[in-house]
Amino acid sequence: MIHFDNVTKTYPNQNRPALENVTLDVEKGEFVFLVGPSGSGKSTFLRLILREERPSEGRIHVAGKDLARLTNWKVPYLRRRIGCVFQDFRLLPNKNVYGNVAFALQVIGKPRRFIRKVVPEVIDLVGLEGKHERMPDELSGGEQQRVAVARAFVNRPMILLADEPTGNIDPATSIGIMKVLDRINRTGTTVVMATHDAAIVDSMRKRVIELEYGKVVRDQSRGVYGQAY
Amino acid sequence: MRAQFVLQEVWTGLRRNLTMTVALVVVVAISLSLLGTGLLFVKQVDDTRTYWQGKVQLSIYLCTTTSVSPQCRQNGPATQSEKDQIATDLRQLPQVQHVYYESQEQAYAHFKQDFSRDPQFTSLVTKSEIPDSFQVKLVNTQADYSIVAGTVQGRPGVDQVVDDASILSKFYALLDGARNAVLIIAIILIIAAVLLVANTIRLSAFNRRRETSIMRLVGASNFYVQLPFLVEGILAGLCGWLIAAGLLIAVKVLGLDSLQQYFPYNVQLSAADLVEVIVLAMVMGVLLCGATSFLTLRRYLRA
Repeated sequence: MIHFDNVTKTYPNQNRPALENVTLDVEKGEFVFLVGPSGSGKSTFLRLILREERPSEGRIHVAGKDLARLTNWKVPYLRRRIGCVFQDFRLLPNKNVYGNVAFALQVIGKPRRFIRKVVPEVIDLVGLEGKHERMPDELSGGEQQRVAVARAFVNRPMILLADEPTGNIDPATSIGIMKVLDRINRTGTTVVMATHDAAIVDSMRKRVIELEYGKVVRDQSRGVYGQAY
Repeated sequence: MRAQFVLQEVWTGLRRNLTMTVALVVVVAISLSLLGTGLLFVKQVDDTRTYWQGKVQLSIYLCTTTSVSPQCRQNGPATQSEKDQIATDLRQLPQVQHVYYESQEQAYAHFKQDFSRDPQFTSLVTKSEIPDSFQVKLVNTQADYSIVAGTVQGRPGVDQVVDDASILSKFYALLDGARNAVLIIAIILIIAAVLLVANTIRLSAFNRRRETSIMRLVGASNFYVQLPFLVEGILAGLCGWLIAAGLLIAVKVLGLDSLQQYFPYNVQLSAADLVEVIVLAMVMGVLLCGATSFLTLRRYLRA
């Protein structure tokens, strides 16, 4: 599903590459934790998958597409197959829960009938039954993140990228979010989650890829967060 | 494509950006109406010029029984032999292209036609008061006038020699100057309008950066991301154009049409001319706002 072949990314005006000679594969339906200290290249990894950045060297294939050959105007179609969740939720403050989730479908031109059918299903899936009309500022952090997850998943992407989705949420609520991500993973969606949350990584027992200074230093299939942190 | 959704986004954008939008509409309105005024001037000048083109450049008015100038009083009306002599002499001059004798009957008929809008005035003038004349077409208007005028000036039977070109050139200099001034101001204002459109769209893009970043993230096509801004710009342009159209109609009806009172013949621009200018202003306004929005967005919404 995601294939990195000897990928190096150096940002302009920087000596040290953000990612260096990274080669790895993530299969369809996998759940992968991406761990490592700040600046280790986790975000760069995610941005490369989204083709927000292009690699300096190496090849990347996502969902069967060679990103180097993807023309700019086709990038949106790649992104429709990838859902994204962030630490800061990135909800639209002037739209309610339903509006925020529906927005993702409206802007890719889905018909209204389809949106009316699909959006409530996904809102229920993330555990926000009966809160369709709430505005983001009327929700707790955990609930806001559930809305963000619903928005990322509503178009049934093949891949869900999560950049520290529990970073702003207390541990108890984080477990709820992880259950939602796990549920999404069980539908066959590949999930890649960058995180600093050792407790979560240890409890889930999923594949762990550890980055340090832009290099893969560990790739374990049923791993833990690690001792060093 | 979901029109309702796009229009809703446009409405939100315009409302949030209200002061800039109003400023934009006003500047577009003024610049388009000035541009249109300039174009109307061009048409007006062309119309009057066409009327005069091919007409005589030198009129030699002859003395009649009612002439009041001293030399006519002294010599009396021009005799047939004096007229023949003048005609022969004129035709011999190399600077003269063509000489045409206009009798009093013909002159009177022209006079009545030219002033047909003012029958009270024409009824006061009798045929004998309109002088007969030689209408001379020169080879080179500027250079030859004084030579030809000098040949006949002061001869018995000649009342006055009138240079049509010199009268008209003053009038045209005035019109041309006004037109140039209007066009220059219009161009300056159009530049201001372009900058203002760019700024408004930039502000709008900044106000909605959350929406656009999410749109890009979930895979909205570039066209879909840009469309609300594009529509926003074009809509503001159209509002400005509507105001400009009103102002242009006012310029024609209240301004240019009143020029008519200074002209004996019809110089009024047709409604078709006005419509043409207004349509041109619309195309200009839409292109201006649309293209500027598009180019600004390419810089600020680049993926």
